[in-house]
Amino acid sequence: MNGFIDVLFNPSLPFLRNAMIAGILSSILFGVLGAIVTVKRISGLAGAISHAVLGGIGMALYFSASGIVPWLTPVMGAMIFAVIASIIIGVVSLRAKQREDTVINAIWAVGMSIGVLFMARTPGYTDPMSYLFGNILLISVSDLYLLAVLDAVVLFLAWRFYPQIEASAFDEEFSRVRGVKTHAVGIVMVIAMLTLPAGTAGYIARNLAWMMWLGSIFSALFTIAGISASWSMDTPAGATVVVITGAVFLSAAAVQMFVRIFKRMRNSG
Amino acid sequence: MITEKSHSGPVAIRFNHVSFAYGSSPVLEDVNFHIHQGDFSALVGPNGSGKTTILKLLLNLERPDSGRITLFEGLAGFKRDRIGYVPQHAGYDPAFPITVKEVVRMGRLKSFSRKFRSVDEEAVTEAMERAGISELSGQPYQSLSGGQRRRVLVARALASRPLLLILDEPTANMDAESEERLFGTLGSLKGSTTILIVTHDQSFVSSLTDIVLCVGDRLKTGTARTVVRHRTEPAADAPPDLFGGKAVRVRHDVALNDTFCCREVKKI
Repeated sequence: MNGFIDVLFNPSLPFLRNAMIAGILSSILFGVLGAIVTVKRISGLAGAISHAVLGGIGMALYFSASGIVPWLTPVMGAMIFAVIASIIIGVVSLRAKQREDTVINAIWAVGMSIGVLFMARTPGYTDPMSYLFGNILLISVSDLYLLAVLDAVVLFLAWRFYPQIEASAFDEEFSRVRGVKTHAVGIVMVIAMLTLPAGTAGYIARNLAWMMWLGSIFSALFTIAGISASWSMDTPAGATVVVITGAVFLSAAAVQMFVRIFKRMRNSG
Repeated sequence: MITEKSHSGPVAIRFNHVSFAYGSSPVLEDVNFHIHQGDFSALVGPNGSGKTTILKLLLNLERPDSGRITLFEGLAGFKRDRIGYVPQHAGYDPAFPITVKEVVRMGRLKSFSRKFRSVDEEAVTEAMERAGISELSGQPYQSLSGGQRRRVLVARALASRPLLLILDEPTANMDAESEERLFGTLGSLKGSTTILIVTHDQSFVSSLTDIVLCVGDRLKTGTARTVVRHRTEPAADAPPDLFGGKAVRVRHDVALNDTFCCREVKKI
C-alpha cells in the first residue's frame, strides 16, 4: 500500500494520479446522472448509448488515421455518437412510445457494429475491446479538463432544474400537465452512465438529492478502492473498479433481502 | 323527484364539436358538453370507451383533430397551472426515494423556475391538512398504503389551489376509511372548486354529483363514441361504503339536452 501512495504522489509518474483524479471527477457524473437513470429505470438506455459510442470512436479512428479528418479524436467521435443516439431515442420515444425498447436495442447493436466496421478499415491494429472498456490509466490531462467541464455542466443543470427533473422522474404525465417539457429534460439527462453507484445509494437514500450525493461518494470510494486493488493485485484497473462496484451493489441487495426476511420472520413468529 | 341542478353560471369546461382519433382509429366524434364553474361532475363509461382520451384532451396532453375545447370562458388570466390532476397511479418507480411532502410540493412545480416561495410552502401545508395527511409529511412515499398514496396525490393536486380538480378513478383499490376521507375533502371543496371525477362505475355515483356525463354511446357512423348527459335520481339501494356516503343512480335511459342546465331554473 505504501508503494501505491508513493507512486500516487511521484511527480514523474502522472498516470496513476491522473487516473485517480479522473475517477473522482467522473464519480460526480456517475452519482448525479446515475441517480436519475436509476429512478427513471432507463439503465438499458444508458447502456445502449454507452455502447453505441463505439461507432463514434471507430469513425474517429478511421478518419484521423486515414488523414481525412486528422484532428478528430476518439473522445470527439464518442460524444458526437452519444448526442446522435440520444436524439434518435428521444425523438422515437416521443413519436411512438411502444417502440422505445426496439430502438434502444437497435442503437446498441448498430452503434457497436459501425465501430467494429470502421476499426476493421482503419490502418494498423485497433482492438475494439480496449476502447469499449477504456483504460483509466491512459487518461491525459486534457481528458481531465474535459471531465471537469462536464462535471460543472451536469452539476449546474442538476441544481438549476432539480424540481423539474425530480417531478418528471417521479410522474412524467403530471409534470407535463404542469407545463414541464419532460422530453427536453430527458435528452439533457441521457448521457451514458454507470448506474451501480446510484443503485447502491438507492438502498439508503431518502430522496433523489441524497441519492445523487451518495452515488457520487460511493462512486469515488469504489474508484479509489478499485485502482488501489488493481495496483496491489496487478489486475486491469477499469475492470477491477467495475467488479468491486458490482460486488458492493450485490452485497447491499443481499443485506437488504436478509433484513426483510428477518423482519418478516420476527413479525410472523 | 328529479335532482338535476339547473343554473346558468359561467362555464368552466366546454367541448364544442370535438373529434379525436389515434391514427386511423376514431375514438371520439362530435363531442359536445359543458360544465359550469363550481359543478361536481362525473364522467362515466366502460373501460376503453374514451374517458381517458377526454381527460388527456382536457389536460392538453393530446390535441383534438377538430372542434374546440375551452376552459373558464371569460375568466381573464386563467392559466393551466390552476388545474389540479389526480391520476389513478403516479407512474413512479416503487423504489423512488421521496418523502410525502416532496411529492406534495410537486403541485407547486413551475415549468422552468426552481424558486419555492413562502406562498408555495403555505399552499403545501394547507393541501396536506385538507387531504388529512399532515402527520405523514416526513414519511417515505413508498411506505404508504394504496389509499394513503392516493390522498397524497390529492394533496399534490390541491397544492396548486386549483380552480378545476380532475380525479381519475379516485376510489379504485381504496380502503373504506381513505374513501370516506377523500369524499369528505371533496365535499368541503364543492361549490368553490369545479370537480370532475372519471369513473368506470356506470350504475351509481356519489350524491355530491351535480351532473353525469356518459361516454360510450356509439354513433351510427362508426366506432367512435360521444358524450351524453344523463339524469340521476336518489338511490336508496346504493352501497354507501362505495362512495363515502350517499349515492345516486344514473338513469341511462333518460338523456338530457346539453343546454338543459342553462334554461330557466325549473323543478320537475
